[in-house]
Amino acid sequence: MNAADLKKVDEIIDGYRGQEGVLIQLLLDLQSELHWIPREVIDHLSERLRVPTSQIYRIASFYKAINLSPVGRHMIQVCMGTACQVRGAQKVLDYTASRLNIRPEETTPDLAFSLRKVNCLGCCSMGPVLTVDDEYHGGVTLERVKKILKKRS
Amino acid sequence: MPKLASFQDLEDLRDRLRSRRDPDESGPPKIAVCAGTGCLALGARKVIDAFRKELDERGLTKKIELKETGCPGFCEKGPIVVVYPQGVHYIKVNPGDVPEILEETVLKKRLIDRLLYVDPATGARAVHEDEIPFYKHQTRILINNNIKINPKNIEDYIAQGGYSALTRALSGMTPQEVVEEVKRSGLRGRGGGGYPTGLKWDATRKASGSPKYVIVNCDEGDPGAFMDRALMEGNPHSVLEGLVIGAYATGSAEGFIYVRAEYPLAVENARIAISQARELGLLGEDILGSGFNFDVRLHRGAGAFVSGESTALINALEGRVGEPKPKYVHTSERGLWNRPTLLNNVETWANIPLIINRGSSWFSSIGTEGSKGTKIFSLVGKVNNTGLVEVPMGMTLREIICDIGGGIPGGKRVKGVQTGGPSGGIIPQEHLDTPVDFDRLTGLGSMMGSGSIIVLDEDTCAVDLARYFVDFLCDESCGKCVPCREGLRQMRDILSEIVAGRGREEDLETLQEIAGLMRSASLCALGRTASNPVLSTIRHFEDEYEAHIRDRRCPALVCEQLISYFIRPDLCIACGLCRENCPQGAIYEGEGAEGESGAIMVIDQSKCSRCGICFHVCPPKVKAVERVSGKSSPSSAPKASIPSPRDAGKEGERR
Repeated sequence: MNAADLKKVDEIIDGYRGQEGVLIQLLLDLQSELHWIPREVIDHLSERLRVPTSQIYRIASFYKAINLSPVGRHMIQVCMGTACQVRGAQKVLDYTASRLNIRPEETTPDLAFSLRKVNCLGCCSMGPVLTVDDEYHGGVTLERVKKILKKRS
Repeated sequence: MPKLASFQDLEDLRDRLRSRRDPDESGPPKIAVCAGTGCLALGARKVIDAFRKELDERGLTKKIELKETGCPGFCEKGPIVVVYPQGVHYIKVNPGDVPEILEETVLKKRLIDRLLYVDPATGARAVHEDEIPFYKHQTRILINNNIKINPKNIEDYIAQGGYSALTRALSGMTPQEVVEEVKRSGLRGRGGGGYPTGLKWDATRKASGSPKYVIVNCDEGDPGAFMDRALMEGNPHSVLEGLVIGAYATGSAEGFIYVRAEYPLAVENARIAISQARELGLLGEDILGSGFNFDVRLHRGAGAFVSGESTALINALEGRVGEPKPKYVHTSERGLWNRPTLLNNVETWANIPLIINRGSSWFSSIGTEGSKGTKIFSLVGKVNNTGLVEVPMGMTLREIICDIGGGIPGGKRVKGVQTGGPSGGIIPQEHLDTPVDFDRLTGLGSMMGSGSIIVLDEDTCAVDLARYFVDFLCDESCGKCVPCREGLRQMRDILSEIVAGRGREEDLETLQEIAGLMRSASLCALGRTASNPVLSTIRHFEDEYEAHIRDRRCPALVCEQLISYFIRPDLCIACGLCRENCPQGAIYEGEGAEGESGAIMVIDQSKCSRCGICFHVCPPKVKAVERVSGKSSPSSAPKASIPSPRDAGKEGERR
């Protein structure tokens, strides 16, 4: 981690000074800055907050939204909620995975894409739903998946 | 914005806002575009940008108000645009429609027929929201304001009468009176359990210990439910107002809004709502000059389904792993940091201002004997009009699905509905005339849950759906207690064997045995209810289990390992789409059957993984790919079933 990153990490930690129970919020904020939580950040957090590394790992590994390994430039999430499921989400997931040649929860070797299953995005009316970074795509067909991936690779 | 120092200040502000923004009927033109996550997914952002650009180019920005509103619920037909003062309701609006809407409807007050909703049954066009069957049969008291207000602007909420219930409670009611009013209303918790809200409030109020805390649970994890998202995104102040009233009633000075990480817009809008309310003095010290102090913090979830359980959520708020605790002691006595805590669901909180303003007798006049008020359901799955539906408790499932939902697409038969999320169950179609309330659904082996109604048609396999839920819960079980962790794993293994055609006669009995054990011995509600999807499918769809186990057949043609695909030589046009998309490379070009001319595509069954992609990519006009279960591929398969080297070469050239 370079000095600039470290400074940012410290700034984020300072923002929560004096508050109780903020570890999860801190990890989320750090992640939105760094996209994932590297080992050094956990060590640094442990020192600053005086919380054992093991405890931070326990929390970071329990919550799905926290990435403990690097993620791709584009994060693809396929919603596996019930409404999407009955409208063919599994096919969308299988197809996306086979196109990217990775399994769900993995990242392509060139770090271009990460693929993730997500339990419900709350867009149940327009299932199956797939998101690329902040963009939502509803009523996704396999053809659409192909186009979405092509546009970004 | 200056701080409001008294109740009168709030009323003065409301008067000023109302005189500036005339009521919808007579006021200046206004364009409301739904900016909920649903419509945004369908391109509402581009529509809003197009309106902004168009208004700017015509110099109308000051004259015509453009409003980004909350979700009115009809997500299926988004992006939705409503033009005031006429209240013209347009559906499926594209950025390309924008200049025309502005020119014709806003300026010349003329309708654009193609953007109106057409009733598929009668062919009649609906101009206003209340003429559309989807809305007509609803009783919208919680979500009716969503399309009228910009959730990022507190003034819109105040102009609609917002925070008047807070004034009423703070100025004219004692905390005990507020609790009594909520008790009398008969409101029950909307998060799933259906526990009487008033009793919870009373217990927290009477509990000794301070400080006390109040919490909004917006960790809406039930897949298929999104009413909490719509309320938090679309009308966050209604939730916040309920929370402040609850804090006053229970004597709390600090509150939390817990929003799940998967709802970024709800997080954003809740954050804005808190800061605007604070700025106006509706949060903070000496609220409206009443001497009551209360403030709220926002907490984001980090992706864990079990955290929606009240004790788990409290653990997460304390910055720990979101695992449940045994409930020997009620949260109302020892909750957050071991202090008395009142935790309610988003929709429950949003009902509070209505109850305080209109009175408990008005509220309890809606609904059934045991379940009062309205409930927002998310009507999704295999139904024509999907979206959020707010109806009085006691409406039948059939009315919800047929009258509001417009029936099943593609002329298919409804098989049943799934309610209550992964903890709920499947209700078969013969029970569709059951009135929906907390107790009736429980009686059918399902539950209300947070209110998802997922409609299933004949293409849904009951066994596969049970496996899906068990799989889901297996991933989400925190693993703290053995019955839930191991029970789910065993059930998953058994169900996976059944859907793979390796089921055994005794499996059903074993499943029921595990389910009984989990129900009595699990630590929290997740484990105790986790067997519901399995038990309810065994109860109502035992024949389907038997078909899988005895005949190795999936009647709904869903379970991959029990079906096979083949391409009908008489229909195939050899367009090659299936071959192009087949991840296994199992499709090759063969020769047509004797007497048929031209080439066709053929599936090599030994390579086929039965993913069904060929079935889905085959053009709808051709429909040459067929699925079968329980029998071998038809004998009409083409003679050239093994490609010769020459054919393979040709295939390569073509690509």
